Amino acid sequence: MEQQTKALLSSLRVLDLTEGGSLLCGKVLGDLGADVIKIERPGGGPSRNIGPFYHDIPDPEKSLFWFAYGANKRGITLDIETTDGKGIFKRLVKTADIVIESFPPGYLSGLGLGYDTLSEVNPQVILTSITPFGQTGPYKDYKGPDIVSMAMGGYMFLTGDPDRAPVRISFPQADFNAAGEAVVGTMIALYYRGTSGLGQHVDAAAQVAMIRWLQNSVPFWVLHKVILKREGPYMAGSSAVVPLRGVWRCKDGFVAFTIFGGAIAGKMMPPLLEWMEAEGMSDEGMQKLKRRQWAEFDMACGDAEVFNLMQEKFAAFFLTHTKSELYEGSVKRNIMLAPVATAKDHLEDKQLKARGYWVKLEHPELGTTLTYPGAFCKASEISCSLRRRAPLIGEHNLEIYQQELGFPTEELVALKQGGVI
Amino acid sequence: MSKGVFEGVKVAEFCWIAVGPASIKFLADQGAKVVRIESTTRMTGLRATPPFLDNKPGLNRSGAFNLFDPNRYSLALNMQHPRSMEVAKRLVAWADIVAENFSVGTMEKWGLGYEELKQINPGIIMFRTCNQGQTGPHAKVLGFGVHLQGLTGYTHLTGYPDRDPSPPFGTYTDYVSMLFGGTMLIAALEHRRRTGKGQCLDLSQFEASLHFLTPLILDYEVNRREANRAGNSCPYAAPHGAYRCQGDDRWCAIAVFTDEEWQSFCKVIGNPEWTQEPRFATLVGRKQNEDELNALVEKWTKNFPPEEVMTQMQNAGVAAGVVKNPKDIFEDPQLKHQEAYCMLEHKEMGVYPVYGKPFNLSKTPAQVNRPAPCFGEHTEYVCREFLGMSEEEFDDLLVSGVFE
Repeated sequence: MEQQTKALLSSLRVLDLTEGGSLLCGKVLGDLGADVIKIERPGGGPSRNIGPFYHDIPDPEKSLFWFAYGANKRGITLDIETTDGKGIFKRLVKTADIVIESFPPGYLSGLGLGYDTLSEVNPQVILTSITPFGQTGPYKDYKGPDIVSMAMGGYMFLTGDPDRAPVRISFPQADFNAAGEAVVGTMIALYYRGTSGLGQHVDAAAQVAMIRWLQNSVPFWVLHKVILKREGPYMAGSSAVVPLRGVWRCKDGFVAFTIFGGAIAGKMMPPLLEWMEAEGMSDEGMQKLKRRQWAEFDMACGDAEVFNLMQEKFAAFFLTHTKSELYEGSVKRNIMLAPVATAKDHLEDKQLKARGYWVKLEHPELGTTLTYPGAFCKASEISCSLRRRAPLIGEHNLEIYQQELGFPTEELVALKQGGVI
Repeated sequence: MSKGVFEGVKVAEFCWIAVGPASIKFLADQGAKVVRIESTTRMTGLRATPPFLDNKPGLNRSGAFNLFDPNRYSLALNMQHPRSMEVAKRLVAWADIVAENFSVGTMEKWGLGYEELKQINPGIIMFRTCNQGQTGPHAKVLGFGVHLQGLTGYTHLTGYPDRDPSPPFGTYTDYVSMLFGGTMLIAALEHRRRTGKGQCLDLSQFEASLHFLTPLILDYEVNRREANRAGNSCPYAAPHGAYRCQGDDRWCAIAVFTDEEWQSFCKVIGNPEWTQEPRFATLVGRKQNEDELNALVEKWTKNFPPEEVMTQMQNAGVAAGVVKNPKDIFEDPQLKHQEAYCMLEHKEMGVYPVYGKPFNLSKTPAQVNRPAPCFGEHTEYVCREFLGMSEEEFDDLLVSGVFE
């Protein structure tokens, strides 16, 4: 279905001033075809220092984080704090549809480059700001690295072992959530601009982006004045009788599996018990489980003995298999079980391969080709694709400053020596 | 009040649980007319999710559903009834978007696959989302959030390295996916605005969710490293963690990255002698002695409520934040300022919160002004006002028992 698809945003130019997880916003717009120009400070931006690194060599041209979220962008260097830099930036804004930034609130206004100024330069421009807490409000000036946003968004309190400190996801996620919301806000602003001709300021923030993860925990407080607790590898609130596992150890790692009641148990338990029996588990406890009418099993009324018996038997069975054996066996039998996968499992995953998910991008300067996650969505009419590896530092300076904006060579040389580009 | 950006856009929402409705909410909050088609035979799990008002379960009493799904109309249709397709097809003809997030094949079973929809309404946008996509060997593999969090890798990456993983609370991948869902829905609407053409969108939640982990996939590919969970530690910051504070299960996150922040941190805690020890003077030293450092930090934090730790640290330029529990979240001043929750009057719940603005748009802010619908609350209204049925037509269907 890909061959006749079109790049929806190919007529749009995006100026991307963001760093860190906020880079995702421009990357997604790039996937939809926009001409995204990443503007870095001379010498390269701080995101190039984020690991991991290609062959573990810490070098600004070898950050895998940069490769991931700098992709589908062209790159120029520009110091927007200098007078010349500001002037050049405004010239670029005249040609742009969207500007994305992730500076502390007020930073751009302080440089004379806030939304009011940019919209004077180009009334159609959309300015998208991505911050930990938002452009206004009591916490707007608070510092918000990932762990702080995760804490303040309410997610950490509910995650982790009950006898230890609450934990975040070990790979930072908060800024991606803010950037993802920023993409949606920017798309709404674009649609509005298409019908009204007006730009606007999009204000996305990490803390507010995360409250939806909190599921029913806020309702528990609002309705019952109950504060849910974190339960480690067990399922929060799954049974009043005994804590039920959501994560189980197997031969080479872990699998995700939970005990259900009702219709799901009716479908899932018989084939699972048969599978276990076929592999030699047939003692008295197994017979007891096999005799049950699982479709009538009520999670709320099940007694501790049967839950404990199930958990004991499943734990023993899972230990005899690898995660991929358990996954494949479960897929065959319509049992809901998934591997607790790692990047290695993803690259070997049958489904992702069959759907043509992976995309290869050449990195000629490294003499190699790397495989990236491809389309975040398959669409029959518009393309969502990875076309361009992340830019080298200032890779497109000449292309953009000279060929597109028409700066004479002498001026560029002066700007380079003046530390502007 | 400004007109919603998607005023005039009509959505027939054959959705349940999370990703479908959460993606559609972006449109509903901008004025799109969204009709949720519901049935007791395929009831959204959220209506059956506790807590319930006064602890009494009921279709309209779930604290979760009523928080998640404001700004839509509910039409209750028995999909097993022989005349259900008459109504469903009228909805398809009316709509600009048909959204569905059932297991693969369900819409086809009803005769509502993309090809059939196109016959009824050539410009239709069909938004489909499920765990692993509409095609491929695992398209029909069933699973809930706990399974998809495992499959995507988030479970493996959460918790302490010396223990079993702790799945992230709830269903994280749902909320990653709905961001891409919202984006693609608007992209498809924009494409239609320009060309008049509809299309089919196939959002695999597995595929979408991996985009928040790309560097780790590259890391395995290049360095053969399988990233592991690391508690709260960060390779380039110390102290970096959640520290116990005064009170029951109260914690404050603190993160110190630079020399300057370290100096400020020491000053806030009163420059105790240990902070002058050479082994804590450098980042490398602090990382090497991290366990001890964390214990010393906690010796200080546990004397103060987390709010005080946060304020003192932030005022001194050190990143810190209360580990907010659900009560704190509901009362959070920043979230209130941003109208993250809106209080709306609901027929059964009374005044109850719904999710409000996910972000702010200076000219076209989200408008969350109608509470989550009661089950089948708008069946007649939708049929008469949106679908243009005459009174006789509607009564005829009503008598047939096609509505629930």
